[in-house]
Amino acid sequence: MTAILVDSLTKRFGDFTAVDAISFEIPEGEIFGLLGPNGAGKTTTISMLSTLLEPTSGRALLNGIDIRKDQDGVRKAIGVVFQDQSLDEELTAWENMDFHGRLYRIPKKIREERIDEMLRLVELEERKDSLVKTYSGGMRRRLEIARGLLHEPSILFLDEPTLGLDPQTRNHLWEYIHTLNQTKGITIILTTHYMDEADRLCGRVAIIDQGIIVAIDTPANLKTRVGEDVVYITSPDAGRIADEIKAPWILGAEQYDGQVIIRLHSAEDHLPELLRMISGDGYTIASISIRKPTLEDVFLHYTGREMRHEEAGVADQMRMRTPRRN
Amino acid sequence: MDIIYTLWLRSVKRYVRSKSRIVGSLGMPVFFLLALGFGLNEVVQIPGSPGENYLQFLVPGIIAMAVLFTSIFSGIMIIWDKQFGFLKETLVAPVSRLEIMLGQTVGGATTAVIQGAFILVLSLFIGIRIPSLAGFLIAFLFMTLIGICFAALGIAIASRMEDMHGFQLIMNFVIFPIFGLSGALFPIESLPGWVIPLTLVNPLTYGVEGIRYGLLGTSAIHPLVSLAVLGLTTAVMIVIGAFLFRKASV
Repeated sequence: MTAILVDSLTKRFGDFTAVDAISFEIPEGEIFGLLGPNGAGKTTTISMLSTLLEPTSGRALLNGIDIRKDQDGVRKAIGVVFQDQSLDEELTAWENMDFHGRLYRIPKKIREERIDEMLRLVELEERKDSLVKTYSGGMRRRLEIARGLLHEPSILFLDEPTLGLDPQTRNHLWEYIHTLNQTKGITIILTTHYMDEADRLCGRVAIIDQGIIVAIDTPANLKTRVGEDVVYITSPDAGRIADEIKAPWILGAEQYDGQVIIRLHSAEDHLPELLRMISGDGYTIASISIRKPTLEDVFLHYTGREMRHEEAGVADQMRMRTPRRN
Repeated sequence: MDIIYTLWLRSVKRYVRSKSRIVGSLGMPVFFLLALGFGLNEVVQIPGSPGENYLQFLVPGIIAMAVLFTSIFSGIMIIWDKQFGFLKETLVAPVSRLEIMLGQTVGGATTAVIQGAFILVLSLFIGIRIPSLAGFLIAFLFMTLIGICFAALGIAIASRMEDMHGFQLIMNFVIFPIFGLSGALFPIESLPGWVIPLTLVNPLTYGVEGIRYGLLGTSAIHPLVSLAVLGLTTAVMIVIGAFLFRKASV
């Protein structure tokens, strides 16, 4: 069954088109990633799908419910973890959860059981009566995820779930997200500008840039489409290997600084044969390594730009901060 | 109802926890009460009511002041919710904006009435005679109406504001004029002729007069007139607040 259907969804702020006629479809139970730099339109897309922002044009159905016609129906079906914190710091974790449960009209008994269960899941039960303002960034994030799941949504939106967290906490959160998807079958749509996050979590990834989806596929397929793997061989005979090695599946070989750099498709499959060829010719191999293309390469391939969020251009940052004026 | 209660509960919890806010917003009314009340008590004679001293006259005005300030601030507080993201949490929930707005209003009004009650209790210690139970109830009715009316106004203002930068503007051009032109500090009849119409279009005037009737048994405006005008204004303010809040973007 289709969990999310998006059809030429568009959002304009004045002259600036934040999201430009994007279309995609997400089957139930998938973890779907929206990958792109800051200001690409990821959050705007999430805001529209979660009914916070009215689309300029286009259509979107969540579990078959139109986001424009039945906002409450959509809201009941979704859980949202926003990019920016949305907890009440003056309340305790438990009270934040309780507030949420009441808003979604979960009966008292079930509500209290589930709050305890969720807080246990994100390992915050010991701190449940502390005010949220005493929480660290990672704890807040976990609490927000727990809260987003309290009303058992069938679709969960995670907008930059691990932004600004330390590597250990990120790993931890990834495990949660993965487990959630596996055990509860929740459809998850997450936005990120971390390549490793998309690669590790997502069944499929849409690469979005300047409001347009430039590619959608599994991370593996996206990487294959971008092209070749590279095998690096260090050898005293590097020059000769580079000159002599020939095979239909080898796209090219060069020698550089004592290393042979061989470009080819599906390096793992051809590696044994490659080694046989080289040692059969009597050459010695000191070391060998394979480099597979990353989503970083994919992004570069599709947009012609590197995606380094830390170095987002001034124009991009302006666009982020004042979407209405551009 | 349960949603309104949920939002009310949050407001009250936050209020009870913020001791500094409670004390802080009592500061100005208490200062006015003591400085003006004791300072002018010997000097000022209220015209037309020989038995009444200025301190007694002033107390209802200061109670109204405490309610006014607290309720408008509590309405404006939704800007903080906007800035700190909490508003989004309520807006993606399957609840109507009207329920959210009403919950915020009732919560704000409650804290405002509690602040007013503090002043009322305090004034019992400095020589206000204890009115009848009915008088108390009338005073609380008017305090509640002031609270709801101006909490709704606060939300209306906050719905149109992006951040807290405009706050000083609101303070100087909304809150102080409403307070100053309300007959809280001086009897309406003794104001200059051109000020009186301004006082009579100010809803707070009717609140002050209503509380005054409840606590002192006399007022310049008939209490039923006060009730009708303030009640109607409150209803209109809720409609305006709800309308603007519906249009507010996150």
